[in-house]
Amino acid sequence: MSNFNQQQILQTIEMIKVHNLDIRTVTLSLSLRDCASTSTHTTAAKIYDKILKYSKNLVEYANEIENMYSIPIVNKRIALTPISIVGEACEDIDYVYLAQTIDKAAHEVGVDFIGGFSALVDKGFTKGDLKFFEQIPDALASTKKLCSSVNLGTSKAGINMDAVLKTADVIKKCAFLTKDEASIACAKFVCFCNAVTDNPFMAGAFCGINEPECALNIGVSGPGVISSAIENLDIKADLGIVGETIKKMAFKITAAGELIGRKLAQKLDIPFGIIDLSLAPTPKKGDSIAEIFKAMGLEQAGAPGTTLALAMLNDSVKKGGIMASNYVGGLSGAFIPVSEDSGMIEAVEKGSLTIDKLEAMTSVCSVGLDMIAIPGDTKNTTIAGIIADEMAIGMINKKTTAVRIIPAIGKNVGDSVEFGGLLGHAPVMKVNEFNNDIFVNRAGRVSAPLHSLNN
Amino acid sequence: MDDVQNQIIITVTGKDKVGIVANVSNYLAKFKVNIEDIKQTIMQDSFVMIMLCDIKDMSVSFKEFKDGILELSNELKMEIWVQKKDIFDKMHTV
Repeated sequence: MSNFNQQQILQTIEMIKVHNLDIRTVTLSLSLRDCASTSTHTTAAKIYDKILKYSKNLVEYANEIENMYSIPIVNKRIALTPISIVGEACEDIDYVYLAQTIDKAAHEVGVDFIGGFSALVDKGFTKGDLKFFEQIPDALASTKKLCSSVNLGTSKAGINMDAVLKTADVIKKCAFLTKDEASIACAKFVCFCNAVTDNPFMAGAFCGINEPECALNIGVSGPGVISSAIENLDIKADLGIVGETIKKMAFKITAAGELIGRKLAQKLDIPFGIIDLSLAPTPKKGDSIAEIFKAMGLEQAGAPGTTLALAMLNDSVKKGGIMASNYVGGLSGAFIPVSEDSGMIEAVEKGSLTIDKLEAMTSVCSVGLDMIAIPGDTKNTTIAGIIADEMAIGMINKKTTAVRIIPAIGKNVGDSVEFGGLLGHAPVMKVNEFNNDIFVNRAGRVSAPLHSLNN
Repeated sequence: MDDVQNQIIITVTGKDKVGIVANVSNYLAKFKVNIEDIKQTIMQDSFVMIMLCDIKDMSVSFKEFKDGILELSNELKMEIWVQKKDIFDKMHTV
């Protein structure tokens, strides 16, 4: 007995071929808790060996699964235990050396990115964290595939404003150290409020300290599939129908990701972790979140109504996706990076999308101000203020928010910065330059919000 | 019962011409791939053939089989997709 549905088969092929349905990333989450030692060199050697042992087959097997289903797996990645913790016991700690060793391992196993050069400082610093922060810029400037993240706040602990200020300094130093390469180090660094421990997406992926020895986490992508489904609706279809249409497509996208993830985890003989109910754009035409807004009926991303459109999109993606997998996690929501989305770039260039509107949008989506280029001479305190505002949205709304911002050295509003590949290019955006020095330099620890007291 | 793990879907699309079915089925027979079902139609002037096949006794690796069929698709100037069947079941069934 056999059966197949011709319509479903042709629809699937169309989703992959025409609308860029793909698996954005398969991310191997790997604990390094057993790699700690009192010497930097011993720790580095243990980390290197462990990465090679667990991920030597990752790329080959992922390519094999990709071939079996004819669905592209765009990136293969690894997420590690926050390195500030792993390196802390070293009496001669050299985080830059650890970073370079990890980067070497990433090249060796052929992954696209490796994350986890991270610290969790939402409530304060340890001695190791302080040394770690100092060394982030040199680590990122001297590596290619390494990604770094720091968690500066949580809804449970409040916001570490000292860390926000340090982070602004880190961003500026990263920008200067890589000024000849479009300040690329900043694209590999993100700060969070409420960072999640099983996120498969970069730059913020790390293996949380509560995570198992290893697991495979999946991030899917398919904004083109959603926008084409909405385009096919009658122009008078109401917003309820629009939401329902997104839900149905999100289910299909997620189901494909779940299947690929499970097959790959099985082949690698490691547990399946989570699938991230995501819609990640690429700079390719037809793979854009902003095009979904256009399909819904907005002239450009940023036009009045955009926040609702994004809220609906985000919510419908979750409602559809949740039915397709038992283990949903990560960031789960639509991403709105600027440089990685051709439609968002266009909206900025046409004057429709501003940082202020993007900030509003981050209150209803995953994740935050992402891949935004700002003038290279932006003051550190201004950057700290931008980060602080984003952290506040996350803390109060009990959601993840993030900032990945690039002060493009030598560039001004109207210029453009080219990062290449999936990172795309970004028009330099105007920031509000009114003085906030006294406010942000007050520093200290913002206490946890009232709703953290929920026991 | 069919083991779904051994089932693949082959989708052939392009301009209709003589010998498409013969060429594809010859290729499958060569590697002991069994055809379980075939549907074919003309959609918007385009020939569409979908085959459900069993690869339980296939005599080469999946990769070799697929590389070969891609060569065949170039020869025939037809687009051919080869995919494990479970992706369609998973994506379109709640």
